[in-house]
Amino acid sequence: MADKRLRILVAKPGLDGHDRGAKIIARALRDGGFEVVYTGLHQTPEMIAEAAVQEDVDAVGLSILSGAHMTLFPEVIKLLKQRGAGDVAVFGGGIIPDDDATRLRELGVREIFTPGASTEDIVKWVHENVQARQ
Amino acid sequence: MSSKREWLETTYKQASERPVRFSTISDMELAALYTPDDAQGGYDETLANPGEYPYTRGVYGSMYRGRLWTMRQFAGFGLAEDTNARFHYLLSQGQDGLSTAFDMPTLMGYDADHERAQGEVGREGVSVSSLQDMVRLFDKIPLDRVTTSMTVNCSASVLLAMYLIVAERQGIPWDRVGGTIQNDMLKEFIAQKEWICPPRPSLRIVTDMIEFCARKAPRWHAVSISGYHIREAGSTAVQELAFTIADGLCYVEEAVRRGLAVDDFAPRLSFFWNIHNDFLEEVAKLRAARRMWARIMKERFGAKNPRSMMLRTHAQTAGASLTAQQPVNNVVRVALQAMAGVLGGVQSLHTNSMDETLALPTEQAVTVALRTQQIIAEETGITNTIDPFGGSYAIEALTDRIEHDAMEYIRRLDEMGGMVQAIETGYPQREIAEAAFHYQRQLEKGIKTIVGVNKYSVPEELPIDTLKIDPAIEERQVQRVRKMKRERNSLAVREALARVSEACRSNENLMEPILEAVRREVTVGEISEVFRTEFGVYRDPGWI
Repeated sequence: MADKRLRILVAKPGLDGHDRGAKIIARALRDGGFEVVYTGLHQTPEMIAEAAVQEDVDAVGLSILSGAHMTLFPEVIKLLKQRGAGDVAVFGGGIIPDDDATRLRELGVREIFTPGASTEDIVKWVHENVQARQ
Repeated sequence: MSSKREWLETTYKQASERPVRFSTISDMELAALYTPDDAQGGYDETLANPGEYPYTRGVYGSMYRGRLWTMRQFAGFGLAEDTNARFHYLLSQGQDGLSTAFDMPTLMGYDADHERAQGEVGREGVSVSSLQDMVRLFDKIPLDRVTTSMTVNCSASVLLAMYLIVAERQGIPWDRVGGTIQNDMLKEFIAQKEWICPPRPSLRIVTDMIEFCARKAPRWHAVSISGYHIREAGSTAVQELAFTIADGLCYVEEAVRRGLAVDDFAPRLSFFWNIHNDFLEEVAKLRAARRMWARIMKERFGAKNPRSMMLRTHAQTAGASLTAQQPVNNVVRVALQAMAGVLGGVQSLHTNSMDETLALPTEQAVTVALRTQQIIAEETGITNTIDPFGGSYAIEALTDRIEHDAMEYIRRLDEMGGMVQAIETGYPQREIAEAAFHYQRQLEKGIKTIVGVNKYSVPEELPIDTLKIDPAIEERQVQRVRKMKRERNSLAVREALARVSEACRSNENLMEPILEAVRREVTVGEISEVFRTEFGVYRDPGWI
């Protein structure tokens, strides 16, 4: 079956400017065969949810290092649901303590990648866990 | 004895070589051996003695035999009083200069009560919205005896104004206040990404501050030209050096265009480098940096005062080199990086704490980091003679090579019309993203090693204590800012803001109106809002 190429939005929520990881992931996903949209920095949850809907993506990868993940990740998920896009797979990465990662998974984040995760692991995870939206 | 070439073809060929690529962390290949054949240029022109042009061997005549570097640990979290307590602790432990970390909203020009500040207040640094916060931050710290470094860029003009007013209230005249404000906006667009306005108005604000400090606060360093973040964003050592020196060049050009004489402000320009894992490359980078700056200031700008040519620098061990895995190993990384910094001749140093890849440092972790510097200074003996690596064939060859490659970048930037144009087209941003991706690939292929991550990894990790920021801090700070805004004289605030707007629209130096506004309790966010209105907002083009 010829798969539709999955579209993935890579986004940096909040005020944190550390975009090295996000850019590496964006390039690795592109090399891994996905269509990648990168929003650039300093995005509000509204901007991210809106871009996800506009771009009709299948997944959203969020990267944050400032510690605001507990506020911003669930907000993105809530806003996606409000826009009828609750089936978009949200995954994230950054400096996220284990306890927070567990809580975020309960809140609907599909996977959390922390420092040391390889781009290959992330690409593989997307291949195995993200389906094209209907 | 054989020549180097004969030696390579005979003795070396017969010996065995491990099947690895011998290159630096920046992927610069190294020769098996450096010999006198590799020495370029004479001693007088390329090295010279310490304290003499081109300062390769150090900016001061006696270097650490005269005075050790300033041990300046970066600190800031929570409310102003939390950070004030950490400052007093660090000073009591033998630290001799302060270095302030502000939280993201402060760094981006938002007050704690702004909706964009949600979830970020006091997390990555201390929250400072108003003069009252600044007064609490430096409570009982004598600003004429302690120098302070403040890591803030797009809102630097407001924070500097606040600091000067705190000094004034302590009865200390501005000409006795010493310290550094980072204020390097060009590197923000290249790497650190905390901005308010586009590059050109940002450069104008920085130049206003250079001019103001040259006249009113002569002991203050109005800009610390920073490669640190360029490296953290994933650049090579050569890119860090090239883009940073090119940023410095741009500030000097702007100030000269403004009519300032180069020798009137250049002695107060300072630098800030990253010290990464590759020991030899880092020592060579610092030596190359001094030589490049000296030559550029003399040859390009006709500086006469030797102090204008001396690249004095702070350095910090590489945050990005630390691993969340086996975090205790970070103590070793930091020690070796700090040693490279000292052998490279820095004037001030921050050593990272082992837990910084997980959270802000605990008091115990920051103490170990400070002790690391003290051990290097007082136990290892490497401070007993100046530039002990000077004359090492390998170090000198690497210094020459790094200078050459960095100058090649500067030539390319000149061709593009200078750094501002280059930034607008995304050139340095893309070069850095490319280097970061190349390194990541090398790690994943096992060409480069990170101990405990892609080699010698273990399934279970020992948990270490980390500092937790109480979420209640945000609510307290928000309430405090709101209360302050209700109680101040709102007419005085409006007048002061109108004055700042007017100055933005004219050629007037912005610092006096900002000082006046801060005196009237105008906040970081309110002045930044004037910048947004008058100069426009910069949006990340998102180059990948």
